[in-house]
Parts: sequence; C-alpha cells; structure tokens
Amino acid sequence: MSADHEQTFDRTPGVEERESTASYLSYSVGLALAVVATGASFIVSQTGLLWGPGIPVGLIVLALAQIGVHLVFFLHLGSGSDSTNNILALAFGVLIVFLVIAGSVWIIANLNSNMMPS
Amino acid sequence: MTITTTDEGSSPLPFGLLREHGDGPASKRIVVAYGFWIFILSDMVMFSALFAAYAVLSGNSAGGPTAPELFNLHNVFIETMCLLLSSYTCGLGVLSAERRQLMPFFVFTAFTFLLGSAFLIIEAREFAGMIEKGAGPARSAFLSSFFTLVGTHGAHVTAGLIALVYLVVQVIVKGLQAAVLRRLLCWSLFWHALDIVWVGVFTLVYLMGASH
Repeated sequence: MSADHEQTFDRTPGVEERESTASYLSYSVGLALAVVATGASFIVSQTGLLWGPGIPVGLIVLALAQIGVHLVFFLHLGSGSDSTNNILALAFGVLIVFLVIAGSVWIIANLNSNMMPS
Repeated sequence: MTITTTDEGSSPLPFGLLREHGDGPASKRIVVAYGFWIFILSDMVMFSALFAAYAVLSGNSAGGPTAPELFNLHNVFIETMCLLLSSYTCGLGVLSAERRQLMPFFVFTAFTFLLGSAFLIIEAREFAGMIEKGAGPARSAFLSSFFTLVGTHGAHVTAGLIALVYLVVQVIVKGLQAAVLRRLLCWSLFWHALDIVWVGVFTLVYLMGASH
C-alpha cells in the first residue's frame, strides 16, 4: 500500500504532459535579456551615459530587472497555479531581505551622523 | 483505496499545496521544489545580512586600499559571464535530463562545471592578488566584509560544483529515475539562485564600489 501511495503522489493524472514548462527557447530568451542587463550595468557604471548621482539608481534598477529575468526565465516563477506558493514564499523572503538591508543601512547612517567629529 | 483517501479531507499535504482546479494533490516534483525553494530563500536571508554588513562597512577602509584601487572590472565582467552562461547550460542540462536525452545532458553539465570552475579560478586569483598587495581580510572593516560576502558566495559555488559531480555520478549509476531528476531540479534551482546573488554582488560591490 505504501508503494501504491507513493505512486499516487508521484504520478498525479495530467502531470506528465506539463512536467516541464521550460524550453530551450525560454532559456535562450532569458540568457539574452540577462546579457543585455549585465552589459548595460557595466556600461552605465563606466561611462558618463547617466548623470553622476543617478548611476547607483540606474545600477539598482538594472540589477532588479536582471533578477526578474532570472526568476521568470531560469527559475520559472510564472502565473500558473503551481507557482503560487513559491511566489508567496518569495514575497516573504524579499520582505525580510529588504528589512535587513535597508534597516541596517538606515540605522548605521543615523549612528554615523551622530558621531562626534574626530 | 489509495485514490479515495486522497480525494478530500485526509490528504497528508498542507491545504495550500492542493491544486485549485481539482485534479488531486500537487505532484511530488512540485512539493519537493517548493521545500527546496524555502531553503534557497533562507539562504538569501543569510546573504542579505552579509550584504547589509558590506553596505555599512564599505566606506571604512582604515587608511588602507579602497574599492576603486582594488577592483578590476575586466575580470569581474568575465566572471559574471562565466556564471551566467553556466546558469544557462545548467538549465539546458536539466531540460535534457527531463526529456531523457542523456548525451546532451552530459555535454551541458560538463559546460556548467567548466564555467563554474573558471569563475572560481578567476575569483581565487583575485583574492590571492589582493592578499599579496596587503589587502587581506584583516586590513580593514571594508575588506573583512568584502571577503566574507564574496567568499561566502564562492563557497556556495564550490559546494554547488561538488554536488554537481555527485549528481552526475548518480545519473550514471542509477539512471534518470524520478528521484534523481528531482535532485537535479533542486540543484538547478540552487545554481540559478547563486547567479541571482552574484547579480547583487557585482552591482553593489564591484560596480558601485568602482564608480565612486
């Protein structure tokens, strides 16, 4: 019975056909977009294409775009019902990551500006 | 009997993992990938702490070498491309494995391994060069946080390469059975996630550091 049971979960009817939503094409599209984003990041940081103080913002936008490309084309987070749980977990992860990084930078910047000049 | 018990109420899976459109519980492949995804996200939370430490400490070079003097963006670009291409071939390798195409699987996996190793070699030479110049992790808070963040990523890549060898051996010995395919799927998630971390590293550490 336990082997049978195992089988039931391993081979749910209808799973076989959509076992993989990926294709060579989707990976290639993802690679092309990621290469463009990477190249743009290096160009933006090394040239005067963007107004100086705007460079960090441009780099962060490009990095976020590339992370999005990776998530959709390489990790296959889509709008299908199979990835709903993955996306919810990701949203929670992003929240924690944002709190840790932004919170640390904010608090330490405050502490630094309150330091006595040495 | 096994089918009737999974229909309603007594499913051993949490409610959220049931399909909405009523064709039974999610397949084991999806449940396993979900569990591994949780692990990856917890790894991301750990990396976020290291990123935060670097962001806070990157200006504290204690009179020692600063980021623009140390970073060679040419090498970083090659490293980035190596990791990106290895992510691509890893995806194609797992796809070939799922389609039961053994030969393409081995070719793509070999490329993944070589590109990952190339990344590690470039990174190790960069680290060795910095330590030679007296810019080791003990020099300043900036360098401590730099070596911790980039070194942790490198350690993950190393672990990924070891796991890849282990999985290829499993494919050779056991064949492309369901359990091995699930492990390959999880491994590819890990590898793609490392590439995502690297996007953060080359943007925040190298590009922003060098453009100051």
